[in-house]
Amino acid sequence: MEGSDRANGAVVEAHALVRRYGEGETAVDALRGINLEVARGKLTTVMGPSGSGKSTLMHLLAALDRPTSGYVVIAGTRLGELSDTEVTKVRRDHIGFVFQFFNLLPMLTADENIRLPLTIAGEKPDAGWYESLVKEVGLAARTSHRPAELSGGEQQRVAIARALVSRPTVVFADEPTGNLDSRTSGEILELMRHSVDAYGQTTVMVTHDPRAASIADRILFLNDGLIVKDLPRSEPQVVLAAMEELTPT
Amino acid sequence: MILVALRGLAGRKLRAALTAFAIVLGVATVAGTYILTDSISNAFDSIFTGIYRGTDAAITGRSAITSSTSGQTDVPSFDESLLAKVRQLPGVAAAVGGVGGEAQLIGSNGKVISFGGAPNLGFSIDASQARFNSLTLVDGSWPRANEVVVDRSTASKKHIKVGTTIGVQGQGRALPFRVSGLVNFGAAASIGGATLAGFDLPTAQRLFREQGKLDQIRIASKPGVSEAALLDQVRAILPPHTQVKTGEAQAASDASDTKSFLSFLQTFLLSFGGVALFVGAFVIANSISITIAQRTREFATLRTIGASRRQVLWSVMVESTVTGVLASVVGLGIGFALAKGLFKLFDALGFTLPNSGLLLKPRTVVVALLVGIVVTILASLRPAMRATRVPPIAAVREGAELPPGRFERYRGVGSAALALLGFAALAYGLFGSGLSTKQVLIFMGIGALLIFFGVGLFAAHLVVPLAHALGAPGARFGGAPGVLARENTQRNPQRTGSSAAALMIGLALVTLVAMLAQGIRSTFFDAVDALWQTDYAVTAQNNFSPIPAADSASVRNVAGVQDVVGVRQGDARIFGARHSLTAVDPGASHVFTLSWTEGSQAVLDSLGMHGAFIDQSFADKHHLQVGSTVRVLVPSGAQPSFSVDGIFKPPTGGSPFGPVTVGSAAFDRLYAQPTNLYAFVNVAGGVTPENTRKLEHALADYPNAKVQDQQQFKDNQAAGLSAILNVLYVLLALSVVVSLFGIVNTLVLTVFERTRELGMLRAVGMTRRQVRRMIRYESVITALIGALLGITLGIVLAVLLIARVKEINVAWPVTSLLSFIVVALVVGLLAAIFPARRAARLNILQALQYE
Repeated sequence: MEGSDRANGAVVEAHALVRRYGEGETAVDALRGINLEVARGKLTTVMGPSGSGKSTLMHLLAALDRPTSGYVVIAGTRLGELSDTEVTKVRRDHIGFVFQFFNLLPMLTADENIRLPLTIAGEKPDAGWYESLVKEVGLAARTSHRPAELSGGEQQRVAIARALVSRPTVVFADEPTGNLDSRTSGEILELMRHSVDAYGQTTVMVTHDPRAASIADRILFLNDGLIVKDLPRSEPQVVLAAMEELTPT
Repeated sequence: MILVALRGLAGRKLRAALTAFAIVLGVATVAGTYILTDSISNAFDSIFTGIYRGTDAAITGRSAITSSTSGQTDVPSFDESLLAKVRQLPGVAAAVGGVGGEAQLIGSNGKVISFGGAPNLGFSIDASQARFNSLTLVDGSWPRANEVVVDRSTASKKHIKVGTTIGVQGQGRALPFRVSGLVNFGAAASIGGATLAGFDLPTAQRLFREQGKLDQIRIASKPGVSEAALLDQVRAILPPHTQVKTGEAQAASDASDTKSFLSFLQTFLLSFGGVALFVGAFVIANSISITIAQRTREFATLRTIGASRRQVLWSVMVESTVTGVLASVVGLGIGFALAKGLFKLFDALGFTLPNSGLLLKPRTVVVALLVGIVVTILASLRPAMRATRVPPIAAVREGAELPPGRFERYRGVGSAALALLGFAALAYGLFGSGLSTKQVLIFMGIGALLIFFGVGLFAAHLVVPLAHALGAPGARFGGAPGVLARENTQRNPQRTGSSAAALMIGLALVTLVAMLAQGIRSTFFDAVDALWQTDYAVTAQNNFSPIPAADSASVRNVAGVQDVVGVRQGDARIFGARHSLTAVDPGASHVFTLSWTEGSQAVLDSLGMHGAFIDQSFADKHHLQVGSTVRVLVPSGAQPSFSVDGIFKPPTGGSPFGPVTVGSAAFDRLYAQPTNLYAFVNVAGGVTPENTRKLEHALADYPNAKVQDQQQFKDNQAAGLSAILNVLYVLLALSVVVSLFGIVNTLVLTVFERTRELGMLRAVGMTRRQVRRMIRYESVITALIGALLGITLGIVLAVLLIARVKEINVAWPVTSLLSFIVVALVVGLLAAIFPARRAARLNILQALQYE
């Protein structure tokens, strides 16, 4: 497992992924054959217009959904035929999530929300790690509050800390700034970039915000279920131009 | 995960409390029942052991009819000469003889003093034998000839003082007695609500018409004489039809009637607690289902951050288990208060129960907690299973909904099959041949359970058409709220169905009870109409106690009276089985018209000493015809034979006559204290105020007897039924209250779920009043669906049951059924109050932002 990681530096792989919704004549192919390798320690962004299949791709990569054909490999484990229990194990050990709507548990404090993945796995957090993480995301003074008492930005910080706390192989972020104002968005993006730089946290982010894409090490453009462009780190204007190419006016 | 569960519970206190309430009520009933019956039973135990204080052995008469363990039948008395023989036995230190019976004290208003249904106990006291005396004198002196001592509780309630004169009625007319003293039973002022009247032995013998006889001898042994040795010595001199037992055994045997009544009461009350819990299970299952549906995204999020299905299941189960535990503990506490309150309530109603403190047995705690917790866990199992089916991807979906259960598509067929299976079990229980009573009850119980369960689940499929029809008036005349309310009830048929099903169960049982009562009442009335051709009837004040034959005889001398026909009743063994033997006075042909299959009306007047008539089914069973001989064993041991003179067919509603009826002259020779169930009187001129007055005057010395005409007789006889019916209604109301909370709960959760939608409606111009009305309509429609299903089901069950019981015809309690619909309406309105207020209070802006 470790060996294959080291061999090509990829922690998430997609092989000929196809996802079809519906059957017969009304069937829609959301993904039409995606091949992809996500590099360790890098921030990869997936962009595309609505309906391009970017969310579907993330669902498949994160083992939330199953492909119609093709397969996904996470940290050397091929997901295809795993049982629910085995997939759950993969999630615990290798995957962290950041959602557009934060998805915090309302009855738990920020602190408890952050620890939750470890609690579920029956592990104790490394005290030093936990404290530095809370400090890093800028929540040290707010950990005893409930989500309802926190601002949107603070809630997303809690969510990011929750995703990072178990030091997963990969963090998937689904439109993490989609529900935030532009100033807060900037702060959250900085935080995500920082987690990649400081901890080498492999991250895959789906977004349609060109500014969000511009912090990535690699930007993938999806259209009609296929990867149509693959850029290295780029300025927002370049990203915007690439996007406009995809949406003919 | 336990943390998540507990925090979740704490974060939804209101919802949890509403859910738990269903269990609290059920557990309270179960616990209250145990505490109440245990406490009464305990009090009786101490009374009966108190009575046999200082008694090592007791001699009583032995009924020839029953086995020696039970004292239910008329126990014959024995000659008092036995006492002297007992006293001469070498092992006997002391012995005292006594008689006892029903002795009614007459208050200053001329009416019998009686507290609720408690007995009026009369007995002899031998004050010289203090060791046997369980009474303590608190005022005055022990009674001598024509004197009486009365218990202090009765005396203080009725202002009876030492030295005053009071009327006492035993066997025969009421006589005046001087009150010589007031007594306590042990340390207590009373035994429940019973009135106590103590006399010296000769006075008591005269009062109870037992001159020269004794009912009981109590014996204390000399030191060093073993119980067995004492019993052996006594047995050697016992005459026939008497028996000797140890003091404890006699106390236990005296208590056995009370015990069996209490155990019946316990089962009876527990079954209503069971119904409430069953309804509660529906309410809980529904509430938890809704809560889980609303938490879909939460469960999905848990799954994405690594929670397994099992952990999700656990978190839901922990949550409901904790709810169950808390609810059961609270229920136990309320049960305790309930028992206490019932004692007070009965006392206030004049029906004092013996009470020597509340008794909380470990069994009560264990059963109450276990039942509450297990029911909660079972009810939450299905919703918890569904929670595990929430896919992780629901965490990223907008408006994610709970996926349907794995067996969802079989729900319609499955629930219908379940209901049909229930009906099959019920029908087998009712109509299957060769089943014991216990088996019949088990099959009926299982059948009813399956029917309720099946129909409850199937209700979801009936909701849409029913809501459409029942919501029509609201939709037509209620404006937008009416239309929306109807739509809302149809939006999630399962939810509406479950809420309605909970109410359905209560109303089905209420309807069943009302149908049966109406059936019994109307068939009884028909029977009276068919048989009765007399002017007046004389019965006991309480309508059912037998009264001494002498009482009613006194009306014979009233001017104008043509016939006085008493109907006697006593225990007997006929063809090896226990039956009641009835008897009539000559002249019966003038008061009854029987439908004869053999013989004629003339038989009624010519029974004499050896004739009898029997009913058709008894004749069929034992292959009897006119001329056959019937041999009867009576408690005294006599075994007279009677020849069958006629066979009659009683009306469906029954007749005053048992399977075998003989002449009163023959009966009075066999039973020492003959009593009439009823006496029927014909007077020249029929029922007139003048005649009524004359008859009442003649009965003035017999305060326990009352005169009534046909309509009064019917109403009085049915009064007992109405009382039972009211008790049943009260007990079933419990399950209706539980279902009311079910509706409240569903509505509160629904309002919560539709916060954004309500905000939108308010934003586009719906007034608060309209919002309230919308919720109210929705609640009423749900309640009416429950009522419709429940009443229909109740009628079906009643018709099935009546088809089995030959003694009842179907009759329609129209008023009751209509009032049940009104009750449902009220339940709907009440249930809506709180949720409607919550919905109307929503802040529009916050509601719209609500995520």
